[in-house]
Amino acid sequence: MTKPVSTPVNNLEKIRKSLGRRNRSERLFRWYGRLAIFIGLAAVTVLFTDIVSKGHGAFRIAYLQLDVEYNQDLIGVDNLSDPKQLILANWQAVPKQALREQFPDVSGRSDKRKLYGLVSNGAGFDLKDRLLANPLLLGTQEKVWILADDDIDTYYKSWLDGEPYAARLSDKQVKWIGELHDQGKIRLQFNSNLFTRGDSREPEQAGIRGAVMGSLFTLLLTLMLSFPIGVAAAIYLEEFAPKNRWTDFIEVNINNLAAVPSIIFGLLGLAIFINFFHVPRSVPIVGGLVLTLMTLPTIIITSRASIKSVPPSIREAALGMGASKYQMVLHHVLPLALPGMLTGAIIGMAQALGESAPLLMIGMIAFIVDIPGGFSDPATVLPVQIFLWADSPERAFIEKTSAAIMVLLSFLIVMNTSAVWLRKRLERRW
Amino acid sequence: MQATNILILILGLGIFAFYLGRGRSLALAKPLGGIRHIHSLPSYYGAHVALWCALPSLLLLGLWMIFDDPLINSIVLKSLATGGMAIDASSESLLLNKITNLADGVLPRKGEEPALVVAADLMLRLQEISRWSLTALMMTLTLMGFGWSWSRISSTFRARPQVEKVMEKLLLSCACVAIFTTLGIVLSVLFESIQFFRSVPVDDFVFGLDWSPQTAIREDQVGSSGSFGAVPLFVGTLLISAVAMCIAVPVGLMSAIYLAEYASKSVRSFAKPALEVLAGIPTVVYGFFAALTVAPFLRDLGASFGLSVSSESALAAGGVMGVMIIPFISSLADDVITAVPQSMRDGSLAMGATKSETVRNVIIPAALPGIVGGIMLAVSRAIGETMIVVMAAGMAAKLTANPLDSVTTVTVQIVTLLTGDQEFDSPKTLAAFALGLMLFVVTLMLNIFALQIVKKYREQYD
Repeated sequence: MTKPVSTPVNNLEKIRKSLGRRNRSERLFRWYGRLAIFIGLAAVTVLFTDIVSKGHGAFRIAYLQLDVEYNQDLIGVDNLSDPKQLILANWQAVPKQALREQFPDVSGRSDKRKLYGLVSNGAGFDLKDRLLANPLLLGTQEKVWILADDDIDTYYKSWLDGEPYAARLSDKQVKWIGELHDQGKIRLQFNSNLFTRGDSREPEQAGIRGAVMGSLFTLLLTLMLSFPIGVAAAIYLEEFAPKNRWTDFIEVNINNLAAVPSIIFGLLGLAIFINFFHVPRSVPIVGGLVLTLMTLPTIIITSRASIKSVPPSIREAALGMGASKYQMVLHHVLPLALPGMLTGAIIGMAQALGESAPLLMIGMIAFIVDIPGGFSDPATVLPVQIFLWADSPERAFIEKTSAAIMVLLSFLIVMNTSAVWLRKRLERRW
Repeated sequence: MQATNILILILGLGIFAFYLGRGRSLALAKPLGGIRHIHSLPSYYGAHVALWCALPSLLLLGLWMIFDDPLINSIVLKSLATGGMAIDASSESLLLNKITNLADGVLPRKGEEPALVVAADLMLRLQEISRWSLTALMMTLTLMGFGWSWSRISSTFRARPQVEKVMEKLLLSCACVAIFTTLGIVLSVLFESIQFFRSVPVDDFVFGLDWSPQTAIREDQVGSSGSFGAVPLFVGTLLISAVAMCIAVPVGLMSAIYLAEYASKSVRSFAKPALEVLAGIPTVVYGFFAALTVAPFLRDLGASFGLSVSSESALAAGGVMGVMIIPFISSLADDVITAVPQSMRDGSLAMGATKSETVRNVIIPAALPGIVGGIMLAVSRAIGETMIVVMAAGMAAKLTANPLDSVTTVTVQIVTLLTGDQEFDSPKTLAAFALGLMLFVVTLMLNIFALQIVKKYREQYD
């Protein structure tokens, strides 16, 4: 037996033989890469189409046209300026009466209850508002579009789409809706309630205004606190901090805080702000404080990066002209670093806007109907509102939740694109 | 006066003082022949006066707000105790709450115990006294500071160095907020955890196999002694994180490699931001997607194969969490892969290796520490992720490794234990803080370790 001698020709042969296999594995590897990118992009697409396809319906909502009579005796009001009468009045009687007139042959208790279920149980109060706006209407009759109940709304939309979902309706209600549709007395209108009202247990009356205002107040406080503190900390660390253990310690802390799970900040807020300092629960103040602590690391880190990018020659020129160190920083470094800092602040705010876990801990999960008017009114925020609605059993809330998500995402898209735009517009290359 | 009004007043006075001080220095400079003849620029004199005006009283305001309430509460409680009411530690907070509500007019006074009504009145009176004395003290401090600083203004007074010294302290205190935050986190979770471990032994908590935190409200209630064995939660957290990593690591890593090594510039400039969109989506949206789209889909899919998939399966929550983490891993991996020097690639290609062989045998080994660091950061993020699991994972603590089953996680339990009505010192509530402590310690260790690796590796090639 002789060993095969390794000659150059032999090696070349080996390489040539293996070439096919190697090229195949190269192609395969490339395809893995493409597949990975595809999976990522597919996830983005599926997520967005899913949300939009679930939520686009919520921007329109079903209304019924009824002949309404503002009958004084029926309502129990003869003087619209008497607050006591307004409180005791039976507003819901108006749409009920109108429904009875629309379907005169309905009788029996349970049938009538089903009939009244066609309109939202807030319909009477909408009519009250209408009446208070035009007091002359009292005692007259008019055709009005009245908000339908959420089950009717869900059914009507699904019926228009050709896949009727009547699980929560009785056969009679389905028949009535058919009749109304044939007479052109039911239609979809723009759902302005979604943007003008606070939360409600009734899906057709629920809106995101309260949550949006809550988010606004919370974010405003977060921005007012975290931007100055973050910029000051960044300036200190970049320009003034001596190289010593204390500075190192601060830096280690900032880096670690950036990676602490957000829910831990909620625990901090609960234990320190609420239990120790007795800040009231559920208010934007405490939410703003917690989010400030959470976004500070982001703002400090981006601000430091943008201070670092200002070239040392600027500093040396300022110092050479006799500026003190503070004048150098305030008059030269800070203005040049500001665009980068603003970009960081916007990104930090976008993070804070989407954050909900720590806010659950500090009571911003409460059911709040009133629209908050200030920093110390109980409030919830948009992501938490989404969480609350996602948990609600009513089918109509799925649509509402997706619509709220669409609003939240569009806020985020606006913030992030403006950050990118700002960076492109104001960034200076040295 | 309200604290906010005082704050605004003091700030207004500070601005006013700034102009006064500046004006005085200008007046001083005029006979000397211009501002060149005084030590600092006029605005520094103004700033000196303003700082002396506002800072001491603002500090006082801060301290007052911390010690105000506890002091009043203890005085009120003492007055109740001397009035003959028996107060122990557990009823104290309840009582105080009631008195506060009475004082604020939230509770009607009619039909309450007279002693409590008296206490509420006392509280109102004390609050009044506190407010007025605070206002008076702050005003005095402001005026004193103003007078002191005003009297020091002279042409030789070194205003600028003084102002700058104060400014540096202010900047330093802003930087220290990070330290106080960490300290606050540690103290808040540690104290409550220690209280918790007084009633539940540490080893029962860390090694116990049974988690059912419902404690009896009445003595005779059945079957709810409360057991706090956290192992099922740890296992559930790890299971969901493992599922997430199984999706995020291959996809994230491969897309980073493809984008860094293969993709043309136009593909890269489109795909990279598109992937990063995933990182910007709020977690509550992922939670909604997981709970309402992915979980039902997986359940139906499983049913068509004859598998029973829970509608709150670990697979759904973990899978969606994996999607969320993809951009995190891909951008970190992208950083370390592009940091590998070009000469190493060139060397490998020149030896006749194909591109994929170069990636597998040269670039990945060179970038491995950074990639591992990135993956560890991603794991710590998966462990601490809350909203997705709260919405899509279950509540029942099961000890299982089956991803089709429903499990619960540490973060889910923290949220369920702490939302809704709760007594602050029941073991049930405190358990949440003990879980928070575990979570904090584990993620902290992962982060420190990962950052160390990433940092060390960066230095190697820089």
